[in-house]
Amino acid sequence: MKSAVVTFPASNCDRDMFDALEKITGKRPHQIWHQDTEIPDVDLIALPGGFSFGDYLRCGAMAARSPAIKGIMAHAERGGNVIGICNGFQVLTEMGLLPGALMRNRSLKFVCKTVQLKVENADTSFTNAYQSGQVIDIPVAHHDGNYFADTDTLDELEGEGRVAFRYVDKSGNATDIANPNGSQNNIAGIINKRGNILGMMPHPERLIEDAQGGKDGRGFFESIINRLN
Amino acid sequence: MTDINWNNNPEITDELVKEHGLTADERALMVKILGRTPTLTELGIFSVMWSEHCSYKSSKLHLKTLPTKAPWVIHGPGENAGVIDIGDNQAAIFKMESHNHPSYIEPYQGAATGVGGILRDVFTMGARPIANMNALRFGRPEHPKMRHLLSGVVEGIGGYGNCVGVPTVGGETNFHPSYDGNILVNAMAVGLADQDKIFLSAAAGVGNPVIYVGSKTGRDGIHGATMASAEFTEDSEEKRPTVQVGDPFTEKLLIEACLELMSTDMVVAIQDMGAAGLTSSSVEMASGGGVGFTLNLDNVPQREQGMTPYEMMLSESQERMLVVLKPDRVAEAEAIFRKWDLDFAVIGEITDTGNLTLMFKGEVVADIPTQPLADNSPEYDRPWVKKQPPAKIEANDVAAPNDLGDALLKMVGSANLSSREWIWQQYDHQVMADTIQLPGGDAAVVRVHGTKKALAISTDCTPRYCYADPYEGGKQAVAETWRNVTAVGAQPMAITDCLNFGNPERPDIMGQFVGAIDGLREACTVLDYPVISGNVSLYNETNGTGIHPTPAIGGVGLLKDYSKMVTIAPKNDGDVIILIGESHGHIGCSQYLDIIEGREEGAPPPVDLALERKNGDFVRAEIQSGHVTACHDISDGGLFIALAEMAMASGRGMDIKLNNGEIPLHAYGFGEDQARYVLSVPMDKADAIIAAAANAGVKAEKIGTVGGDALVVENGFTISVNELLDAHTSWMPNYMSNEV
Repeated sequence: MKSAVVTFPASNCDRDMFDALEKITGKRPHQIWHQDTEIPDVDLIALPGGFSFGDYLRCGAMAARSPAIKGIMAHAERGGNVIGICNGFQVLTEMGLLPGALMRNRSLKFVCKTVQLKVENADTSFTNAYQSGQVIDIPVAHHDGNYFADTDTLDELEGEGRVAFRYVDKSGNATDIANPNGSQNNIAGIINKRGNILGMMPHPERLIEDAQGGKDGRGFFESIINRLN
Repeated sequence: MTDINWNNNPEITDELVKEHGLTADERALMVKILGRTPTLTELGIFSVMWSEHCSYKSSKLHLKTLPTKAPWVIHGPGENAGVIDIGDNQAAIFKMESHNHPSYIEPYQGAATGVGGILRDVFTMGARPIANMNALRFGRPEHPKMRHLLSGVVEGIGGYGNCVGVPTVGGETNFHPSYDGNILVNAMAVGLADQDKIFLSAAAGVGNPVIYVGSKTGRDGIHGATMASAEFTEDSEEKRPTVQVGDPFTEKLLIEACLELMSTDMVVAIQDMGAAGLTSSSVEMASGGGVGFTLNLDNVPQREQGMTPYEMMLSESQERMLVVLKPDRVAEAEAIFRKWDLDFAVIGEITDTGNLTLMFKGEVVADIPTQPLADNSPEYDRPWVKKQPPAKIEANDVAAPNDLGDALLKMVGSANLSSREWIWQQYDHQVMADTIQLPGGDAAVVRVHGTKKALAISTDCTPRYCYADPYEGGKQAVAETWRNVTAVGAQPMAITDCLNFGNPERPDIMGQFVGAIDGLREACTVLDYPVISGNVSLYNETNGTGIHPTPAIGGVGLLKDYSKMVTIAPKNDGDVIILIGESHGHIGCSQYLDIIEGREEGAPPPVDLALERKNGDFVRAEIQSGHVTACHDISDGGLFIALAEMAMASGRGMDIKLNNGEIPLHAYGFGEDQARYVLSVPMDKADAIIAAAANAGVKAEKIGTVGGDALVVENGFTISVNELLDAHTSWMPNYMSNEV
């Protein structure tokens, strides 16, 4: 699988994403600098976590207007895979590639901890290495991860199986206490209608080796490889 | 000698000199160095350079006595941060620094810029920062300002560290009334560099260009260093404008741009603009290299209009660096900073005069010989008195509690022993994907990226011990970091110290300082654990009342193979619990005495450094040999708290039977004797470890087994792990939501 990672000013999980993709795919990803106008021909473009442009404006709003965005849009329109993790998810909503918005956490505080996610739909390009209903550990680290969409959009997402991951407790129940940020329907990650774009707040790239406390994040990347094969 | 422009220069009156914090003697020395009366800009420069914060004038006599060398020390104190050899041509670079006064006045920005400043100290040497730590002291929880200060400081540390993408991996937080009017915010940063890519500040090469990069200069922070060198009074909050404002976004860009620049061979010298901004950076670079600097202040990127030379030289605007480049490399360097959208300006060049010569609108506004300014700064041998340490409190003189279990629950749920999860969940402790021991253990552990190695880091100090007996307290602070680093299996390498004390002009406070330094020196010597960087923060007083002496220590150790690391959480039911070290039931100055009896009395536990070393070396060797599945050092709250923390970390209970002999169980369990550890080991390894300990002359005894869902101490108490966890994790969230 050929992949590329976008670096915006103050992206800070770009190196982690490079390393995770390299470890799992065996190939070093290309780098896309935010001002690039030529986008490499790859199977996957990853928008990493961080604080693009300081998050001084609405998170992701500045990044979504970078010169590189045009090429990323074109890649997405051709059916190329795009993932946005954390700040990358915020960028995808600001680009209009995914519906809804990420608001400030319900607690109004940054939250960094390992949470449990339920794989809601294992029949997607990003989840097929997991079982439907499987509960996995993945860390979150964000200040603005409170997913919001209007009722029609939520109904559509739920009805079409486009909620990829949901915050749950260890038994798989989407309780309020298991929801780290106040997201509607405990939504942690969603995909677009066509199924080639995913955004999620948790960081699968942080949990891919035993030394990091587990490998539950690997399945996410392996799913993308599986689907391409 | 250049002609000074004396226009618009006020008369340098006694009043003005005094306002700048200089004494009559210091003024005379300044005039002697200059050979004339200073200009206002020069007065400002002398005032900040000779402030306590920048000159260490009260402390350097004593600091000089600390051990700073070892075969693995590459750079000790004197550089922006200390550097140690961690093998394979790699170096770990670290330092801890205080940002106390600004954090009391404006907690968010004070703490945030504390983090920013210490990160710059580390990456200015060529290191990529890989971990942030902190040591925080707050006043009594019920103080009306304390929630505001705590939440502001935590948000500030998180707001800055999270954005720059350096994980904040641990630290410590205490509460004590002595900090009611003067909290302590000590921030530590650790970075990694290749040994042949370490950058220093000494400038060289007459004619080489001096470059300013980073943020623009504004009027913020003027006289921050002077503020940090004065006692607090009721009107200190009027000093809010002297607190700088942090911009972590720019810092992140500056890290990337500087590391990109330093990966080339263009850089001659580089220095961050920290306290006293452009003044201290240019003076240190020039005096360090034995050269002069001519700076044209008109070229300094400015955020505001009409800034005077005085303001530009004293501004403490954040996220700025000064770089000396090789000639003819300016355009190449500029391209890097433009790529990262940062200001870049050639503001001067190196001269052979030895002077810092400042030009403004075509005129000379200051011309100071840098060597005497930097090196002949005042040095004081302040009078000091040693306080008689308090008498020891005997275990039998402290009555047993009504219920030992209730006492334990009260302690694990107390302000000082409860879980800090509420704090560290606000810090991104996992970014960079190399954090392999999360906050909450003995030491944080981060991998050396792409290798099998890892660094273990711990910040520690027990101020109540230091107050009771500065010498023993100083030893204990060093020993506790050494123990914490050991307890994860790492070899302790070196420390950074952040020495927070009251007004050094008071002999009793100076006595605390001297006593603590004596303790630090002895511990560092016996443990082979040199001081490689640090910072002194004096005048931590409000209205004449000093803080508890707080020599915070940041210790760093190396794990050559991180797969050997252990945590405090026992792994398997049936594992055997072994107590290492000698337990005498030292109850004086303990958390038990404070929390249960409401008494802050007695001598602190003495630190036998030879014993400390023997026990620690034994424990580390056993961990390295793979025989130990969990290890926890014993510190605040003694053995019972250590056992409770291990049970809570693993969710497993323990059955414990103690051989306390004549010592009352509450003193045995809550006593704070030093040089002790609790190990959890597989049953089939336990006898071998006991035998090995006997061979090494280390006291080791089996005290129980892992299993069940309760911590059970025979003849003591049975408490479920869940009950412990409820008490432990609820205090701080409840406190912060005004429920306690």
